[in-house]
Amino acid sequence: MLVLQAIIDGVLVGGFYALMAGGLTLVFGVMDIVNFAQGILVVLGAYLSYALYAHLNIDPFLGLLITIPVMFVIGIAVYWSMIKPIKRDRVIMSLLTMFAVGTVVEGILDYIFTSNLVAIHTSYRDSSVQVGSLVFPNIYLYAFAMSVVLLGGVYYLLYRTRFGRSLRASMQNPTAARLVGINTDWVSAFTLGIGVGLAAAGGMVFGLTNSFDAASSYDLISRLLAIVIFGGFGSLSGALIASIVMLVIQDVVAVVWSATWGQTTFYLVLVLVLLLRPQGLLGRKAVRAQ
Amino acid sequence: MTAIDVTPVGAAAPEHIPYEPPKAVRRGGTALLLVLLAVFPLVFTNPAVTSIGVFTMIFLVAACGWNIFSGYSGYISIGHAAFYGIGQYTVALLVLHLKVPAGWDTFALLPLAGLVAAVLAVPIGFLLLRVRKHTFIILTVAIMFILQLLAFNLTSWTNGSSGLELPFPTWTGSFFNEPFYYVGLAAAIVACAVSWWVRRSKYGLGLLSIRDDEDRARGLGIHTTRTKLIAYVMSAFFVGIAGGLYAPFVGSVYPQFGFDPNFDLAVAVLVFVGGIGTLSGPVVGTLLLIPLQQYFYLQFGNDNLFLIAYGVLFILILRLLPGGISPSITQLYRRVLVARQLRTTAPPGPPGASGAPGAPGITPATVTGAEGKEDTP
Repeated sequence: MLVLQAIIDGVLVGGFYALMAGGLTLVFGVMDIVNFAQGILVVLGAYLSYALYAHLNIDPFLGLLITIPVMFVIGIAVYWSMIKPIKRDRVIMSLLTMFAVGTVVEGILDYIFTSNLVAIHTSYRDSSVQVGSLVFPNIYLYAFAMSVVLLGGVYYLLYRTRFGRSLRASMQNPTAARLVGINTDWVSAFTLGIGVGLAAAGGMVFGLTNSFDAASSYDLISRLLAIVIFGGFGSLSGALIASIVMLVIQDVVAVVWSATWGQTTFYLVLVLVLLLRPQGLLGRKAVRAQ
Repeated sequence: MTAIDVTPVGAAAPEHIPYEPPKAVRRGGTALLLVLLAVFPLVFTNPAVTSIGVFTMIFLVAACGWNIFSGYSGYISIGHAAFYGIGQYTVALLVLHLKVPAGWDTFALLPLAGLVAAVLAVPIGFLLLRVRKHTFIILTVAIMFILQLLAFNLTSWTNGSSGLELPFPTWTGSFFNEPFYYVGLAAAIVACAVSWWVRRSKYGLGLLSIRDDEDRARGLGIHTTRTKLIAYVMSAFFVGIAGGLYAPFVGSVYPQFGFDPNFDLAVAVLVFVGGIGTLSGPVVGTLLLIPLQQYFYLQFGNDNLFLIAYGVLFILILRLLPGGISPSITQLYRRVLVARQLRTTAPPGPPGASGAPGAPGITPATVTGAEGKEDTP
């Protein structure tokens, strides 16, 4: 029963990890850039929700209507001001640039909110639904529902709209996409906006379920990157599956063995998977190095 | 053309204009730098200043070591803190278990710290080098976090999150930093010497060819995996030594400061700012940035403003000097030479004449073509 509970927890929490990892993998797929700032941007999203709740008493879920657009604009601004001007060594230069952006954001957050741990204390934070001996914390249920809605929205955007088609085209072959008249710059900018917007949503749930400060971002980004490699870079479905697998492994190991080994086990599984399948679960076949 | 005179790919510039400053300037510069570094702690005796010097030396060893693998092979590792941590724990555990007295004896453990890191780098490198590009970058981070988690969890060895305390040497306060500084300087010189050897050896040429086009290098008969692995092990050795120097200097080892994600990026940043894949890049980057970073930390450390200052500075450097400081300077120097040559060889003609006809092959078009080369993805 404990194991079943652990699996359920893992799936529910994996849902919102998929949001954050989805943003990361999408950005990578379109632009070939590893958004190293995703961790701190998630924390930024958490702080925004926290500030709205603490000062204006806006419910975090409702507050997403404000935070997601704000973060979307931040993403677009970062693209135009930071990523677009990069001319050479795009992969590593964009990674370093995003790291630098992350450092600045971390410094600002540390300055404004200090390094004391905070959490968003809503009324429904500790309530839960009980079915038999299984416990479903309300907050995870809400978060899971929200993740399903948002990821469904992203899927709709990707596969049912004109913008989605341009995005997928830019993913497959940027040069050809440009040749048929797709403005890949705007596609990239919007994609980064979406990725950062998803970080806002993930950050809100992160803030609801954890105590956090700016330094939480390191743990977050390492998990997100591991998820994205596990699922295969650029694959949204891969990120989804990998998030759930990771959290389930972690929770089950925590129950049957000990909590401290949960994350280590996941990383070991990651290494094993990559030994057999270097491109990750659903990744595209590794292309030629240059 | 010797091995050291590597022209940028696709450069159509004439060969008689060198790509680097003349030998005398380079040798003189190196000697001057060495003298300056050697007398530095004698001139600035303030412990706060010499401690910045020690940190600079530690990062200099690490940056030169990192550059041997990531700079020359083009495989960017941002998980070398794995070996930094291994070096720290090796020294700490040996000191505690063998009861090595603090002081000069601790430095005797340094080669051992490097060796343990190098030995562990063999299986790790073998695993990592199966993948390329982005996956490699991220996997290096993953390995580093695995080791960090192990350090947290193997409490019987590492004492977990409470960390290990190392005995402090009995040197008096004003003399404390100097031994660390000079040992660090010696290690840095060795690291740079190895880096220099790799850069001009046949082996290094193989490594550089992997950076430029791995499949073609393999086609030319280079054992790519072996070549990469050797470089990986070499760089792990030096980063391990950097860790082995850091642990006794600060007197404690913690999982989050041993296997420190900030260290990884810090080293990558230093080398990128200085100029990746060059011999002088890591040196220039480290000597410039680490003192600045430490200064920011001392100045604005209280409110974490140093993070903002450092991040902004970093963005500015990335924006203004995307190739790194060292290559930018040599490029500038070269542009001056080319311009001078164009001026002297161009026959006097009407000022409006475009494309100065002078030495064959030197036209402004080819020159700008060589300078403004862009890597399209």
